Amino acid sequence: MLTVILQISLGIMAVSTLLYVIRVIKGPSVPDRVIALDAIGINLIAITALVSILLRTSVFLDIILLLGILSFIGTIAFSKFLEKGEVIENDRDR
Amino acid sequence: MNQEKTNDMILQTVTKLVSFIILLFSFYLFLSGHNAPGGGFVGGLITSSSIVLLLLAYDLKTVKAILPVNFIYVAGMGLLIAILTGAGAFVFGAPFLSHTFGYFHLPFLGKTELATATLFDLGVYLVVVGVTMTIIQTIGEEE
Repeated sequence: MLTVILQISLGIMAVSTLLYVIRVIKGPSVPDRVIALDAIGINLIAITALVSILLRTSVFLDIILLLGILSFIGTIAFSKFLEKGEVIENDRDR
Repeated sequence: MNQEKTNDMILQTVTKLVSFIILLFSFYLFLSGHNAPGGGFVGGLITSSSIVLLLLAYDLKTVKAILPVNFIYVAGMGLLIAILTGAGAFVFGAPFLSHTFGYFHLPFLGKTELATATLFDLGVYLVVVGVTMTIIQTIGEEE
């Protein structure tokens, strides 16, 4: 019973990720694509959690935190590039 | 792009909280590498990603004032630690890179297994942090 529920949830997450991929490909502006990639990262976290329940293991729980951190930093780096034109500034007050 | 000054208050306030959480997570990954996923490599990468978050929220000058460390020397120190833990086996008449472990009673943790492989992992950790931060700072500061 639990396996069926998990497989249905994985199917729903796969469809959702596919729709985000369509947004990444077709997105008219760059911020659309960045937000879609951020949401794909969140979907990957959900898929990792579901697979780790399905495989009855707890070794993937570190991956979940890791994906959250990396997706956060990647999105911030890209939005800073879009806003200021450079990712790491030399001197802010200049 | 636009020349008017921007105010990154939300990003900087979030960074002040989140970078410490990321540092704690990297320390956990570093220590848990013996019996669970993790280890020196991932721990070093997460530590440097916490410093990268500081670099994104502030700038190179501020981060150099916060962490007045030349990261090339950090990488060199890590290599030195790794070689010394390998060569330390010679003192006890064992082959190069031999490691040992023992069980100790620590004040709060109780019976704990302490392995000398952690010292080698510390070398890996310092090398990864040093090399990653050197690459990122060198790319970031070129005009």
